Amino acid sequence: MKEPLHDLDDTDRRIINALQEGFPIAPRPYAAAAARLGLTEADLIARLTALRESGAITRFGPFFDAAAMGGAFCLCAMAVPPAEFEATAARVNARPEVAHNYARAHRLNMWFVLATETPAGIEAMACAIEAETGYPVLRLPKLEEFFIGFRVVA
Amino acid sequence: MTIAEVDRQIVEATQAGLPLTPAPYAEVAAKLGLKEAEVIDRMTALQARGVIRRIGVAPNHYALGLVANGMTVWDLEDGQARRLGAAVGALDFVSHCYLRPRVLPDWPYNLFAMVHGLDREEVEEKRGEIAKLLGSACRASDILYSTRILKKTGFRLAR
Repeated sequence: MKEPLHDLDDTDRRIINALQEGFPIAPRPYAAAAARLGLTEADLIARLTALRESGAITRFGPFFDAAAMGGAFCLCAMAVPPAEFEATAARVNARPEVAHNYARAHRLNMWFVLATETPAGIEAMACAIEAETGYPVLRLPKLEEFFIGFRVVA
Repeated sequence: MTIAEVDRQIVEATQAGLPLTPAPYAEVAAKLGLKEAEVIDRMTALQARGVIRRIGVAPNHYALGLVANGMTVWDLEDGQARRLGAAVGALDFVSHCYLRPRVLPDWPYNLFAMVHGLDREEVEEKRGEIAKLLGSACRASDILYSTRILKKTGFRLAR
């Protein structure tokens, strides 16, 4: 088992749980968010900076819905022979339309999400990846989403 | 793309993250040659329209010690999939839950639920709870553990 990259204290956990959504859009947003957490603006900024540098959070900022901008998302899966896995991952990841990509323990061992500016872009990109890698791309677009949330247990 | 050019510039300027400085919107505005108030107004409108889903942190489950990440997948009877999907999505240990099309014969599963835990034992226990909730409406299931993040950048507008 991998070691956690970052030892979180209670304040870090509270920050991660409280700031999953609802960050203010206002002139001094960190000051407002910090006040709700009982922290100073400088302390919150310093902790978020440290969390990002340590990799405990991958990003802090707005999350956009590609569909609401006229674009589209699609989960895709491929079965890649182990010997070709790294080279194929590099080719897939080189596409800016690949928003994230996970290795999974399964015959279908590469799972990535395409985000494109148009629904037609999904099909074009899936076809381009099939042509470039030689492996079929399963298209698994979401039909319905039930809940998005996550809590760090203290 | 169905958004105004200025909005698009704001999306591009913030998609890698907000500046971690006291007045981040003023900083974005300065970069784009806009006034802070305009950036704030436009981002508020983008959030109201759902273009901005949320503003906050993207936790890295691995770095948080939740190294066991299982994508549980279930083949549910179509007539019950929506009702049961909502029930699974409401479980507090499920971070994402989606209904997706089957791709037969390669992929018979239509419900996806992400489960995170400190180890696989914990994830398996949670998988068992989901199985109990689904009962006989579930015809088959599997679990796919993630072994590595190959890329995680979020949505990027391409020029």
